Amino acid sequence: MSTPAAALPIPRSAAAPPTAVVGSGWIGGTLLVLAVVAVVGPFAWILTASFKYQIAIYSGEWPFTPTLSNYAEVLFGRRSDFVGNVVNSLIVASISTVLVLVVGTLAAYSLQRFRWPAWVSVGFLTWTLVFHMIPVLTLIGPWYVAFRELGLYDTRFALILTHVTINLPMTVWLMRAFFREVPPEIEEAALVDGCRPLDAFRRVTLPLVVPGLIAAAILAFIFSWNEFPVALSLTSRELATVPVAIARFAQQYEIQHSQMAAASIVSTIPALILMALGQRFIVRGLTLGAVK
Amino acid sequence: MDFLNRSFRHWSLLPAVLLFVVLTIYPVANLFRMSVSTIEFTQGGGQWSFTPLRNLALLRADEVIPAAVRNTLLFVVASVAIEMALGLALAIVVAGVTRGKGLLRTVMILPILVPPVAIGSMWKLLYNYDFGIFNQALTALRLAPVNWLGSTSIALWSVVIVDIWHWVPFVFLILFAAVEALPIDVLEAARVDGATKWQLLRRVVLPLLRPAIVVALLFRTILAFKVFDEVYLLTSGGPGTSTELVTLHLYKVFFEQNQLGYGSLLSLALIAAIVAFLLVGRQAVRMARAS
Repeated sequence: MSTPAAALPIPRSAAAPPTAVVGSGWIGGTLLVLAVVAVVGPFAWILTASFKYQIAIYSGEWPFTPTLSNYAEVLFGRRSDFVGNVVNSLIVASISTVLVLVVGTLAAYSLQRFRWPAWVSVGFLTWTLVFHMIPVLTLIGPWYVAFRELGLYDTRFALILTHVTINLPMTVWLMRAFFREVPPEIEEAALVDGCRPLDAFRRVTLPLVVPGLIAAAILAFIFSWNEFPVALSLTSRELATVPVAIARFAQQYEIQHSQMAAASIVSTIPALILMALGQRFIVRGLTLGAVK
Repeated sequence: MDFLNRSFRHWSLLPAVLLFVVLTIYPVANLFRMSVSTIEFTQGGGQWSFTPLRNLALLRADEVIPAAVRNTLLFVVASVAIEMALGLALAIVVAGVTRGKGLLRTVMILPILVPPVAIGSMWKLLYNYDFGIFNQALTALRLAPVNWLGSTSIALWSVVIVDIWHWVPFVFLILFAAVEALPIDVLEAARVDGATKWQLLRRVVLPLLRPAIVVALLFRTILAFKVFDEVYLLTSGGPGTSTELVTLHLYKVFFEQNQLGYGSLLSLALIAAIVAFLLVGRQAVRMARAS
């Protein structure tokens, strides 16, 4: 690392970061605050709406008397299946995340470490890319037909299988980028010492890519939790996931706006928790997946 | 265990390949068969009949498609252009700030991770004619309230605004990472040579950022074509066909009109269009890298 800034007479304040190009002063600060407000504002408004009685939302009164009745009605109301929806989403997202990690990590490692003929490796990676770019709705028709004919329509198994497939390209590309940074010499040393290939993978290389595994796990879980069109078309009321339940809320004849707000807030909780726990991994995963 | 170990290099790729063949390649192949058929589900299972001309006739008679294609193109071009401009400006300007960058980065991850359906339902409340925040603000300013989602001339732009809110953070995160990785000595050299801020931006920073910009642009364009969840929640394509998008129409053909055969024909057309776009995009990336 060279630090020419200290040696050269550069006409700018010492406090400004070296990548400062324009508006290093109050313009940047103002824009930063504006951006934060623009993103957080809608969330804050919905959060307050979720604690209001329906009548308080309509009248727009301020200050208002906060209430937990919307959450109580959404979670424990007699006409609400929302807890069941949350359980469904948790089951589908957890199992599909574990599966996609196993399948995707193995594939990424295999492509990175073993010499596959070009038509296998290039073909595989190209297809993952193309599949990732195609709207998943184009495949919902054939999935629906196949699962109906196999008697798997409206099962968690079908939903898990499709979610694994949808998340596989992202997992493979992400893990491949992490495996690329592991020097092959480490593993070669282990192999020379008599370590068997599968053990070399499990005991030597895998521990070195744990940050990648965490990033991939967080993203796969979130995407599965968020996934809407497949869950909408392959499940009925019984097995509906959280996004499907929220969509039903919004399409009721008489929309319960305050409950809709509460349900939306509840649906964001996993994202908030995982973000608090693994922000570094998420940023790395999102930008790595996009740049490489 | 020993068998697993000896053949590790051969089976390691197998689960992924198997999954892709069964759940993506076979379905795409099946699309061809479905696109020339009419499929009805009865108690006993699927009834297939060979009706290629019927599906083509449905395609020709489908009056929603021109509107859906037009709206989709308008939506993609408008939202991606604005997202790129805002994201780039924000990334460059914020790079000059000394404090608060960590906070901004945290906040910007939120819209990317929250369920798109929740974003749709949140904005449906924000846009509400009677009590939404925008009309509250307009009323407070003694202006007439706007029918954000119910007016044929405004609804599509309301949807574009939601998409911008949703995805400027993504563009920002990618470009901000690229800005922070700019070679500092090059910037310093330009400054020492007396480059003005404007020259530095136009002649040094933007050219260095070009690969990241192209990647962000490509990603956003492709994701914008895939948009479905928020629009399904906000307008479901209405009023009329004013926010009808290709993906929404496809869903309706499959599951509201129950036209599995004709829907497959549309799916194939959409896949072909996207593959064509990918080929053009790849060429664009190559040219951007070469020059």
